[in-house]
Amino acid sequence: MKIHEYQGRDLLASFGVPVPAAAVIDNLEAAATTYKQVTSEAGTNLAVVKAQVHAGGRGKAGFVKLVRSPQEAEDAARFMLSNKMVSAQTGPEGLEVTKLLIAAGVDIAHEYYLAITTDRATRRHTLIASAEGGVEIEKVAHENPDAIIKAPLHPLLGLQPYQAREVAFRLGFRGKQISQAVNIMLNLSKLFLAKDCSIAEINPLIVTPPSSSGTGVPPVTPTSTSPHPDGQVLAIDAKFNFDDNALFRHKDIQALFDPTEENPAELRAQKFGLSYIALDGNIGCLVNGAGLAMATMDTIKLHGGEPANFLDVGGSATEEAVTEAFKIILADHAVKGIMVNIFGGIMQCDIIAAGIINAARGYENADGSKGFKVPLVVRLEGTNVDAGRELLKNAASDLPTLQAATDLGDAAEKVVAAVG
Amino acid sequence: MSILVDANTKVICQGITGSFGSQHTKGCHHYGTKMVGGVTPGKGGQKDDNDLPIFDTVRQAVEATGAQATMIFVPPAFAGDAILEAMDAGVRLICCITEGVPVGDMVRVRAVLDERNFAARGADSQHARELFTLIGPNCPGIITPGPKTGEGDSARDPYTSSGCKIGIMPGYINTHISEAKSGKSVGIVSRSGTLTYEAVWQTSQLGMAQSTCVGIGGDPVRGIGHIDCIRLFEDDPETDAILMIGEIGGSDEEEAAAYIKMHVKKPVAAFIAGRTAPPGKRMGHAGAIISGGGGGKPTGTADAKIEALQDAGAEVALSPADMGKAMARALNLG
Repeated sequence: MKIHEYQGRDLLASFGVPVPAAAVIDNLEAAATTYKQVTSEAGTNLAVVKAQVHAGGRGKAGFVKLVRSPQEAEDAARFMLSNKMVSAQTGPEGLEVTKLLIAAGVDIAHEYYLAITTDRATRRHTLIASAEGGVEIEKVAHENPDAIIKAPLHPLLGLQPYQAREVAFRLGFRGKQISQAVNIMLNLSKLFLAKDCSIAEINPLIVTPPSSSGTGVPPVTPTSTSPHPDGQVLAIDAKFNFDDNALFRHKDIQALFDPTEENPAELRAQKFGLSYIALDGNIGCLVNGAGLAMATMDTIKLHGGEPANFLDVGGSATEEAVTEAFKIILADHAVKGIMVNIFGGIMQCDIIAAGIINAARGYENADGSKGFKVPLVVRLEGTNVDAGRELLKNAASDLPTLQAATDLGDAAEKVVAAVG
Repeated sequence: MSILVDANTKVICQGITGSFGSQHTKGCHHYGTKMVGGVTPGKGGQKDDNDLPIFDTVRQAVEATGAQATMIFVPPAFAGDAILEAMDAGVRLICCITEGVPVGDMVRVRAVLDERNFAARGADSQHARELFTLIGPNCPGIITPGPKTGEGDSARDPYTSSGCKIGIMPGYINTHISEAKSGKSVGIVSRSGTLTYEAVWQTSQLGMAQSTCVGIGGDPVRGIGHIDCIRLFEDDPETDAILMIGEIGGSDEEEAAAYIKMHVKKPVAAFIAGRTAPPGKRMGHAGAIISGGGGGKPTGTADAKIEALQDAGAEVALSPADMGKAMARALNLG
């Protein structure tokens, strides 16, 4: 589960990571006053207005703007609240913006990258840091792997102070910056473990120019206004992702969920325990198991077709969930044919068959008629397969477009031929 | 012969009274697995539908039955604890079927597992095999097929003598060497559940047997991996060839390819799922994702894995419908 930047900032602050003064607005009227409040607190006239959406590419789309007056703040807010944001990550239809973060501007002497994530290869949570912050870290990792510093977290003890010190020295922090950076790393580790994060990323982590107490920004936390002769280390932007499997024990994180950021069809599928991802093709897929679902998509493509979705009904789907799965697939009007590929293990073929029949009987077309009009190719194998096939045979009149397939290749061939 | 489990393996089920636990205890029992009991805290002293004894703790179950293996069906919030309990009671083979276990829990469990195995190896460095083997979580389990006796509820629910199925896979699709026309036995290791069944089914259809099939699960932090299984298959005298099924995401398959190139003499076939998956989208479970689709070079792609495996001399099926055929080609079966 992802959260917004402003929520991430609050979370960082609550774990003692200093962030610049800022406030969130959801209407144009608040823009000017919020600008004044945030900038006067910080003793600067510079602020940044940032659209609060999960998608990346905000800067290029004009949804992150530096402003120097209440009027500029209002103009930026007006633009962001009245236009849809379109970036490589949003798709051409764009994304509506309802919340803006207005943060005090900060003088930046240097930008760093700091994150914790789970390293599959070592099976450890790992701190990743780089003195080349503010840019895409994957690019740095690819082009200059030596610029990436890693420190594994002990599974039970977390990040240790000596590790954080070592990283701070290697990043080039000096003087009083070192203890500030060390505290930020230790607190980020505590946060990561306490909240079952899958990614906790600060990018950029910055240091203000030395002796910049006049233009520097007092942190929200800890509440200290002491000058920073060596510069102050601050988290400017934060990105978090939480382990969905662990959300059950974090009600506070669950409360941060923003359903408007999710694809409605994917969200609807989740409610029924289905894993659905919309794609660009015209062949709807209903499969059990993520691996088989991917393999089914691959087979369709090898036969010259294009899958319209990835849909894994999982192992514990009910008849009702299978029925819902068909509704979700058919709600995508690009779908010209459906391929069902089930190899029952924990999933029973007869439950799938009953779900198919129910879905067909209950499905209402735009012209009011009932039943599926698109070609339906079904391949069943595995647990209770005989019962499943029998059910489908007996319901043949409800499934006029049904073709049975003997195996995976046969099914793909038939469905690709059927959609033309 | 086989790896990890055989006809003599005594098995318990943790979570035996839950709906999946009871259903699949029955399935394993019917297949011929030596199911000897189960655990549900608070229901000790009762019997399950198959007349198997239920215990309050794994320790009690092990003391009373001599169980060497367990299959875990408890809900995800309790799965980490169940694995630790099994290890503490001395159960050598732990198979966690449960899906949705928090990654943080598995990081801690895996650390304990590694520490215990390391301590055991230190005491006896000749001990090649791990003291404890964890399969999963989020996996279909492990099966060493036995010969079908003709008994059982139906052809789809056969009884086998000397078969051992631990988990949720359908038993009937498997073939014992005595039933295989080609006379060849394949060891199968897979990250994906249902795709494993597909591979088993295809090899069976083409007249091959399976020595053992291991579904290692798709979670980012788990127990046994591709390389562990490949090593065991390479050393198993009755495994003739190895079929490995991977997915996009992570670098396990690339590492396995390097291992195969260095150490494996038996024929290897492979398939990688997710060639058509778009970068940045998580496909169903936590494991399958192509990362770094932005500025950097994408990692964990199917093409990179396929290339590494081909370079290691593996026969790679490009279509999942051809996994069996690729294995047959690698074995030079007409």
